[in-house]
Amino acid sequence: MTLTADRPVSTVKPKKPRKGGRQGREAMLLMLPALVPVLVFSVGPLLYGIFLAFTDARSGRNSVTSFVGLSNFGDLLSDGDFWASFRIGMIWAVSVTVLQFLASLGLALLLNQDLRFRGFARVLAMVPWAMPPVVIGLMWRLVYHPDAGILNGMLGTEIDWLNDFSIALPAVIVVGIWTGMPQTTVVLLAGLQGVPKELYEAVEVDGAGTWRKFWSITLPQLRPVIVAITSLDFVWNINQFGLVYVLTQGGPGGQTRLPMLFAYEEAFRYGFFGYAATLGVAIVIVVLAVLGVYLWRQMREAS
Amino acid sequence: MGKALRYLALAGYIVFLAFPLVWLLSTALKLPQELASLHPTWIPRAPTLTNFTDAFGEQDLVGSGLRSLVVAVACAVLTVILALPAAYALARYRSLVNRIAIGWVLVSQVFPFILIIIPLFMVLRRLDLVNTLPGLTVVHVTFVLPFALWMLQGYVRAVPRELEEAAAVDGAGRIRSLVSVVAPLLAPGVVATLLFAFISSWNEFLFALIVLKDPDVATLPLTLVKFTGAEGVVRLGPLAAASLLATIPSLLFFAVIQRRLKSGLMAGAVKG
Repeated sequence: MTLTADRPVSTVKPKKPRKGGRQGREAMLLMLPALVPVLVFSVGPLLYGIFLAFTDARSGRNSVTSFVGLSNFGDLLSDGDFWASFRIGMIWAVSVTVLQFLASLGLALLLNQDLRFRGFARVLAMVPWAMPPVVIGLMWRLVYHPDAGILNGMLGTEIDWLNDFSIALPAVIVVGIWTGMPQTTVVLLAGLQGVPKELYEAVEVDGAGTWRKFWSITLPQLRPVIVAITSLDFVWNINQFGLVYVLTQGGPGGQTRLPMLFAYEEAFRYGFFGYAATLGVAIVIVVLAVLGVYLWRQMREAS
Repeated sequence: MGKALRYLALAGYIVFLAFPLVWLLSTALKLPQELASLHPTWIPRAPTLTNFTDAFGEQDLVGSGLRSLVVAVACAVLTVILALPAAYALARYRSLVNRIAIGWVLVSQVFPFILIIIPLFMVLRRLDLVNTLPGLTVVHVTFVLPFALWMLQGYVRAVPRELEEAAAVDGAGRIRSLVSVVAPLLAPGVVATLLFAFISSWNEFLFALIVLKDPDVATLPLTLVKFTGAEGVVRLGPLAAASLLATIPSLLFFAVIQRRLKSGLMAGAVKG
């Protein structure tokens, strides 16, 4: 996602330091304290993690790791539990991304207008952002609680929302939407405020109504922002772990076991480090494929 | 779309966003007897603060809160110390590294945590840092660093280079011009970055779950999750109260940076 902006033409040329030499060394030295931990604890492990996908690494301290080529991938493709979690992961990621986008767009459009209570709604929309994910999960568990929860209290039902085979996943998806709305709304709102007013004035002369303005000006203008935020949301959602772990731990009977929960169990409950790393690599491949197709289609339509 | 319809839609949003929060607050203010009754109501019949005092009476909640505090403060201070020189270099010497740093922020979003966390766990085990607060601090610093770096270099960029050069021309040495001219102007940016790193660490759950297996070293999010044990409904009140208390630092932080959020600049920063 590279954004090219028109550089303002300036007559004053900024001084460029000569490459190499004293200044280059100085810059390197200043970078070092930040670079070392990131290399040791982040970049290094990431590369090693990809390598682990091709080994039979176990969690035991003294276990011998040997290279097994693609056999983990073969096991993965014939693993029914993996396919189940993959299907649930895709349902979750697509539903949350799409529904959250639609809800956020509606809210952003409302917040962009001159309505009363707008300030209040804006602050309220930020709140989920400010909460620790664990607290969000626990709060919704209180809402969904079968005996002491307000949802059954209001509806007069006796549903065990997070333990019901057919309801658990939709119930968790609602929490996902609630949690992610602030970010998506803020980004879309910033995009809306960036649409030049003159464009609207131009079509108003032609007597365009609200809907026509929305379809012919707002949406096309927002397009790059929409593509960027939905892509990011999809990636975040397919990699989601903490929120759903707190809500259901993947239950009931694996109905909300997202791919990352599955990988976490494989790695830290059963100790299959190599196999869990394979799952990670598989998810990366899926994410890159989905994003690649999506971004390519968007670019083709835009040109 | 009519005005009335718009207000109806806005009201719908407000209800959806607010009702879980209201319920959390309501649960936190209820007596155990009321929580155990089978007809939940919005308004507590006899609002009480006993749940908050009960939460403070819970040994493991207070202890884990203090541990979270230690890790978050250490994470914030270390992050800024490590990131500040690099941020200065990024802002003052335009280089390839700048692009790489920002690229890494984006790339690290795409990779599933499991790919990093397994080898990271092995590294920590080799260094005997599993089940220790320093171990968790190291992990938190690593994952906050790229974004902190990006934040800080923006603040350095905002300090005009001419000021620095003018000070140097006046005969102040480079170090002195940095300390007396640049540092005071950077202070707000440093505070914002400290806060950001603190909150990121304070809220963090996943790495804590994997690095800290032993309940004796658990941080607050871990203890909160374990808190809903087999004791059932009676414990829900203290749990709700503790959850509210755990949210206070982040709420303060967001109140401070609320204005900056509107620009959408920080939008990618704080993810659950």
